[in-house]
Amino acid sequence: MHLLIEQVLNGLQYGVTLFLLAAGLTLIFGIMGVVNLAHGSIYMFGAFVGATLAARTGSFPLAVFGGALAAALLGIAIEFTIIRRLYARDHLDQVLVTFGLILCIEEAAAWIWGRTPLFAQIPAGLSGSLHFFDFTYPVYRLVVIGFGLASALGLYLLISRTRIGMLIRAGATNRELLGALGVNIALLYTLVFGLGAFLSGLAGAAIAPLAAVQTSMGEQILIVTFVVVVVGGLGSIRGAFIAAMLVAMLDTLARGYIPLALKGVFSASVADSLGAGLASITIYLFMALVLIRKPQGLFPLEQR
Amino acid sequence: MKSSHVLAWTIAASLALAATLPAGAADPVKIGFVTTLSGPGGYTGEDIRDGFQLAIDEEGGKLGGVPVQVIVADDHLQPAAGKAAVDKLLEQDKVKLITGMVFSNVMVATVPTIMDAGAFYISPNAGPAPFAGKGCNKNLFVASFQNDAASEPAGLYSNQRGYKKMIVLAPNYQAGKDMINGFKSAYKGQIADEIYVNLNQTDFSAEIARIRDEKPDALFYFLPGGLGIAFLKQWAAAGLQKEIPIVVTVFSADGRIVSAVGDSALGVTLTGHWNSDFPNAANKKFVAGFESTFHRLPTFYAAEGYDTAKLIASGLRSVGGDLTKADAFRAELEKAQFASVRGAFKFGKNHFPIEDWYSMRVVAGPDGKPTIRTLGKVVSQLSDPFVAQCKM
Repeated sequence: MHLLIEQVLNGLQYGVTLFLLAAGLTLIFGIMGVVNLAHGSIYMFGAFVGATLAARTGSFPLAVFGGALAAALLGIAIEFTIIRRLYARDHLDQVLVTFGLILCIEEAAAWIWGRTPLFAQIPAGLSGSLHFFDFTYPVYRLVVIGFGLASALGLYLLISRTRIGMLIRAGATNRELLGALGVNIALLYTLVFGLGAFLSGLAGAAIAPLAAVQTSMGEQILIVTFVVVVVGGLGSIRGAFIAAMLVAMLDTLARGYIPLALKGVFSASVADSLGAGLASITIYLFMALVLIRKPQGLFPLEQR
Repeated sequence: MKSSHVLAWTIAASLALAATLPAGAADPVKIGFVTTLSGPGGYTGEDIRDGFQLAIDEEGGKLGGVPVQVIVADDHLQPAAGKAAVDKLLEQDKVKLITGMVFSNVMVATVPTIMDAGAFYISPNAGPAPFAGKGCNKNLFVASFQNDAASEPAGLYSNQRGYKKMIVLAPNYQAGKDMINGFKSAYKGQIADEIYVNLNQTDFSAEIARIRDEKPDALFYFLPGGLGIAFLKQWAAAGLQKEIPIVVTVFSADGRIVSAVGDSALGVTLTGHWNSDFPNAANKKFVAGFESTFHRLPTFYAAEGYDTAKLIASGLRSVGGDLTKADAFRAELEKAQFASVRGAFKFGKNHFPIEDWYSMRVVAGPDGKPTIRTLGKVVSQLSDPFVAQCKM
C-alpha cells in the first residue's frame, strides 16, 4: 500500500512537470500553428539560469523566477527575430528552423557554461523527507507538486478569466476574425510565445535540483512532452493537463509494477529485462490507442 | 565563463605549433586524435584530449623527444562520423597512429579500418570485448581497461563488505548489460532484482520506490553522465543516502559527476583504476600540471589521456619517430615502459591492461566540497576474461 501511494505521488510530480512543458508547447502550436522543437532547449536554458542564480545568490525563489523570466526573454527574442517569419511557411520549414535553434542554443549553452553538468541542489529548508506514520516522502517532490498545481490553476485563471486570456482563446479558434476586429495579432503571438517559454523555464528551474542540469536535458523530455500534447489535443490547456497526468501516472506505474507483475510468469532476469522494455513503450501504446479512437486527441479545439 | 580554459588551450596549441616550426627540423609525427567533444558526453573527450596535450606540453611539443602534430577530430558520439574522421586521417593526412576515442560503439566501427591500413590504434578509454579475445590485433593497444573487467572490482568489493542481497540497476542497452554481467560474474551474494531503465530517462522515482520497498543490503548501478547525476540527487532526496549503501564503478561517479551532484553524492563507494590522490610521483606531477594548466581537477579520463601519451612517447623514442619501423615500435609498446599515473601497469598478450583496482569513497574535502578519496586496493593485477582466446 505504501508503495502504491508513493508511486502515485511520484506520478503526480512527474505529471505537473510535464504539464508545465506541455502547456507552453500546446499554446504555441494551437494558437500560432508553430511546431517548436526548440521548446526543450528553452527548458534547458531556464534550468541553467536557475542553477546559476541559485549558486550565486543562494535564494531559491529568485532562482526559479529568474530562470523562468530568462527563458521568457529568450522565447520573446526568438519569436521576434526568427519564428515571426515562419507563420506563413509550412510545418516542415518550422521544424527545420527550430531544429537549427536547438543546435544553436545547445552550443551557446556549452560555450557559456561549459560541458560539465551544473550543480543545483535542493534548497536547505526543503531537503528532508516528510514522515507520516511509517510512510516517507521527499519534501521537495511535494513542493514541486504544489508548485505545479498552483501554476496550472494560475494558467487556468489567466486563460479563462482575463482579457488577455480571452484573446488567446479567440486566437486559437479564429485568428483571421480576431485580426479583423483590430487586435494586434503580432503582439499577441509574441506574448503567447513568451508565456510558453516562461512556463517551460519555470519547469526547468524547478526541476533542476532533481535533474541532471546539462546540455541535451531538453531533448530527453521533449519527446514525452509531444506525446502529452498530441494525446491532450493540440492547443488545449485542459487537454494538456489531463494528458500530462495520465501519461505520467501510466509511465510511473508501468515502471514500478510491470517488472514485478512479470516475475510471476518469467524468471527474474527475463522479467526485469522484458518488463523494462514493456514499461518504456506503455505511453506510446497509450498514445496510439487514443489516436485510433480520437484522432484529434482527447480534447480537440474547435477550429473554424 | 570558460575563457581561461580557452586561453590555456590556445596557448597550448600555439606552443605545440611553435615547436614544430623551426626550419630544417624533421617533419613532426602526425597523431590522429578522434574523440567525442560535442553533446553531454563531450566533457569526457575534452578531458582525454587535455590530458594528452599536457604530456606533449611538458616536453615542449614533443613526445619521447620526437616532435608531434596532433590532428583532432570530433566523432559526435556517432560511429559514422568517427569512421569518416578516421578515413580522412588515414587517406588525406597519411596518419600512421590514431588514438582518442571515448566510446566503444565508435571504436568498434572504426578500428577494423585502421588495422586494414596497417596503422596503430591506442585506445585511451574504451575496451570492447570483440577486440580482447579472438579479434585481438597486433597493432591495437588498449591503455585503459577491458569493459567487462571494469565492473568486476565492484562485485569483488561487495563480497569483501559482506553484502548478502543486492539490487543492480542499469540502462537497457548493451553497455549497461555488459556492466551488470561483469558485476554478477564477481559478486557471490544474491541479486534480489535487476532493474533496467531507459537511456533518456530523467525521473527515477518509480525505481527508487521499488528499491526502498525491497530493502537490499546495497545497490550497484551503472548510470553514466546525466543519468547518474539525476539518480543520485533523487536518491538523496528520497532519504536513502544513509539507509542503503551504493557501490558503483568510476564511470557512474567521475569527478565531474560528483561535483555536479554535490552533497547528495557523499558516502557513495566506487571502484576504479585511478584517483587524483594516488601518491606515486608521476601522478603528483600530472595532477599539479593539469590543475595549473586547465584550472580544474582532472578526471580519470584526463589521467588515461596522459598515460596514453606517455605510452606513445615510449614507443616513439625507441624508433626515433620513424613509424615505418612498425615492429620495433610495437615491441616497445608491449613493454609498457612508462611511469603510469595509475602505478603498476603492464599489457597482457592481447594488448589489454593488467592493472590494480581500488575502492574509493566520496567524502567531504577540506573545503567542504565532495571529493573522491581512495580507501584501499580491491584486487591486484586484474586481467580480463577474454585474454586466453587471443591467438597472438
